[in-house]
Amino acid sequence: MSETELLFDLTPTEEQQMTREVVQRFAREEMASAARPADEAGALPDGFLLKTVDLGLNFMPIPEALGGVGAGRSPVSNVLNIEDLACGDMSMAIAALAPLSVINCVMDYGSDLQKETVSQTLASADFTPAAMALMEPVIGFDARQLKTKAVLLDDGSYVIEGAKSMVAFGPDAKLLLVFADTGEDGTQGFLISGDTAGISFAREDYMGLRPLPLYAMALENVAVPATARLGPDFDIKRVLSLGRIATAALAVGTCQAVLDYVIPYVNERIAFGEPISNRQAVAFMVADMATEIEGLRLMVYRAAAQAEQGLDCTRMAFLAHRNAVKYGMKIGTDGVQLLGGHGFTREHPVEMWYRNLRALATLDGMLLA
Amino acid sequence: MINLELPKKIEDTRALLRQFSEGGLRPISRKYDLLEQKEMPQELYELAKLLGGGGNRRAAASDAGSDGGNRNANNMSMVVSSAEICWGDVGLFLALPNVGLGNAAVSAVASEEQKQEWGELFASMAITEPGAGSDSAAIKTTAVLDGDEWVINGEKIFVTDGYRSKQVVVWASLDLKLGKAAIKSFLVPKGTPGMTVTRVEHKLGIRSSDTAQIVFENCRVPKANLLGNPEIAKTAEARKKAFGGVMQTFDNTRPMVAAQALGVARAALDLTYELLGEKGVELDFDKNYHQMSAVENDLYDLEADYETARLLVLKAAWMADNKQPNSKNASMSKAKAGRMGNQVALKCVEICGQLGYSKAHLLEKFARDSKIIDIYEGTQQIQQLIVARQVLGKSSSELK
Repeated sequence: MSETELLFDLTPTEEQQMTREVVQRFAREEMASAARPADEAGALPDGFLLKTVDLGLNFMPIPEALGGVGAGRSPVSNVLNIEDLACGDMSMAIAALAPLSVINCVMDYGSDLQKETVSQTLASADFTPAAMALMEPVIGFDARQLKTKAVLLDDGSYVIEGAKSMVAFGPDAKLLLVFADTGEDGTQGFLISGDTAGISFAREDYMGLRPLPLYAMALENVAVPATARLGPDFDIKRVLSLGRIATAALAVGTCQAVLDYVIPYVNERIAFGEPISNRQAVAFMVADMATEIEGLRLMVYRAAAQAEQGLDCTRMAFLAHRNAVKYGMKIGTDGVQLLGGHGFTREHPVEMWYRNLRALATLDGMLLA
Repeated sequence: MINLELPKKIEDTRALLRQFSEGGLRPISRKYDLLEQKEMPQELYELAKLLGGGGNRRAAASDAGSDGGNRNANNMSMVVSSAEICWGDVGLFLALPNVGLGNAAVSAVASEEQKQEWGELFASMAITEPGAGSDSAAIKTTAVLDGDEWVINGEKIFVTDGYRSKQVVVWASLDLKLGKAAIKSFLVPKGTPGMTVTRVEHKLGIRSSDTAQIVFENCRVPKANLLGNPEIAKTAEARKKAFGGVMQTFDNTRPMVAAQALGVARAALDLTYELLGEKGVELDFDKNYHQMSAVENDLYDLEADYETARLLVLKAAWMADNKQPNSKNASMSKAKAGRMGNQVALKCVEICGQLGYSKAHLLEKFARDSKIIDIYEGTQQIQQLIVARQVLGKSSSELK
C-alpha cells in the first residue's frame, strides 16, 4: 500500500463543517444582536455564558475516559470556532472560549492529575469560568521575561509574586493558569484554584472589549504546590504561537463582521442619485477589505494546520498575527470611514468593532488555537 | 481536511525548478537585461529543452494527486512552477518558448493536422491595441471571410514574445457592430504575408523578453485557423455568455501571472537577507515588537504580505483544479500579488541602500521587473473592479 500524502486542501472535515453551521447560527442569533447593548452595559448578556455550554466545545479535546468527546487537540477546529464566534462578537467570543483555552493548554502540557482537574471542573452542564493569566501591565510586554516571579522552595513548592492584567472573569474564575518566571526554567505555567490565598482582583476598563469581564490580578506571597506546575515539556514558544494564531482568528471573524455590515450599507446608501458603492473610491475599499480578510484567513488556517500536524508553526503564527494587527486596524478604521458620520455614532456597530480590533495588538495568550 | 502545505510531488518539482533557475537563468540574467536584444538568447534554447515541452510538464503535474474529492492538479502545479522560474528571472521566463501565452489556446482546439502544419508551438497572444487594453471587448481589429480565407486587418501592441514567437494568436472581430460576441481568435503563423512586426518596445523591466507591435494588412489565413467556434451568438443574452466564456479562461491565467510576482518578491527577499546577513541581521519570527529595529519591522511586514499573496494564489489555483468558480479569488490573488511584488522589491532596494540601487546586484532589476506584473493580465485596478463587483453584487454597468 502506498503511503498517503497530504494534499493542499481547504475543505473542513464533515465534523468541522457541522460544528461551523451550529456555531455560526449561534453567533448570528445569540451574539450579534446582543453585542451593542452588552457594549453599552459593559457586561455580558444575562445567561449568555450558560447558552454557550450547549455548543459543547469544551468537551471536544477532553478524552472520553475523562468525560469528554475525545476528538483530540485540533488547532484547526479551534480557529474555525474562534473565527465564527468573533463574527458574532469579539468580547463574547473571548469569554466563551477562555475556559477552553485553559483546557487546551492543560491537555498539551498538564499532568494526568491536572487533566483530570480541568475535565471535572470545566466540562460540565454549567458554564465554569476559567482563564489564562499571562499578560502584565507593562509597555513592551515579553512573555519570556515576566515580572511575575515563581520562587522554588526546598520542598518543591513555589511562591508566586507579581501582577497580571487582562485576566478574564477575575474573582469568578474557578481555575486560573498563571504564568510566571521561575528563573532557571524561564516562563512556566501554574494551574491554581480561583480561591487560592494571596490573589486579589480589580476590574479593568478598556476602550474596547467592554462586555468582557477583565481584571488586574495581584499575587502576593501566593503559595502553590509543586503539582501546580505544568509538565516538563511545557513550551512557551509554542504556547505563544498558538496564542498568536488565536488572536489572528479573532481578527478574521471580527473583520468579516465589518465587511458583512458595510456591504449592504454602501449598496443602500444613496448619494448624488445612486448607491455610493457605484463609485470606485468606495467599491475599491470594500474590495481590498475582502481581499485582505481572505488572505488573513488563509494565513490563520495554514498556521493552525501546521500546529495540528506537529510542524513548526512559529513563522506562520508570527506573520498571521502581524497581518491581523495591521489589517485588523485598517479594516476597523475603513469600516467607520465607509459609513461616514454615521459610522462615528453608536447607532452602528462599526465604531465598536474599531475599538475592539485595537485590542488585537495587546492580547497575548488570552486564547489558544 | 484543511492543509495548506504543498504535496510532496509539487514540492519536488519546485525544488528541481529552483536548481534550474539558480543554475540556468541567474547566470545569464544580467547579461540579457543589459543587452535587451530582439533575438532569442541562445542559452534559452538549451534551457527550454531541459524544461521539456509545456505539455509534458502539465501531464506530469496533472496527477499530483487526488484524495476523495480533492485535487491538486495542473493549476496548482503551474503556479508553483511559474513562481519558481520567475525567482530566477521573469524576463527569461516569458521568453521561454514553453510558456508562450497563446500555446494553451492553440493546443486546446487545434486538430492533429493543424499541429503538424504549424510546427513547433511557440504562440504569442495579440489582444491589446493602441485604443484598447483592459477593455478587450473594444478592439478594432477585424477578420472578414473571403472565400476560404479570413482577411485580418488591424494593429496590435504589447504582444509578449510577438517578435520571437513562431505563431501569433490574434483577437479580431467578425462584426464590430455585434460587440463582444463577435470577437474570435485566429492563429497566424510567422511569415504569413500581411503580418508585420513593426516595432519592439524598450521597457522599464523584463528587458530580455520581447514586446512587439504587430500590424495586419490584408493578412490572409485559412478558414480553419479560427480557434474555437466560428458562430456568432444570435441573441444578446447568448452573446454575453459567449464572451463570458472567453473571459473565463482568464480566471485560470490570472493566478499564474500573480505567481510571477511571488517569484520576484521571494528573489528580492532572499537576496536582501543574504546582503543583510553579512551585517548580522537575521529574522527569527519570534521577536518581541518592542525589540525590533525599523529594518526588521519592515522585513516582517514584507514577509507577511508575501505569505498572504502566496496563499491567495494557491487558493485560486486550488479552486480551479477543483472546478470551483474562482473569478473573485483569481482577481484577489492577482491584485494582492501584483501590488505586493512591486512593494516588496522596491522596499528591498531601499533597505539595501546603495547595494540595492546598484547594478552590481540584482535588486534594482527585480524592482524594475516587478512593476509589469501589477499591470499586465489586468491591472491592479481592473482586479479591484472585478473583486468589488463580485463582493458587492454589481453589474459592469452599475460599477464602471
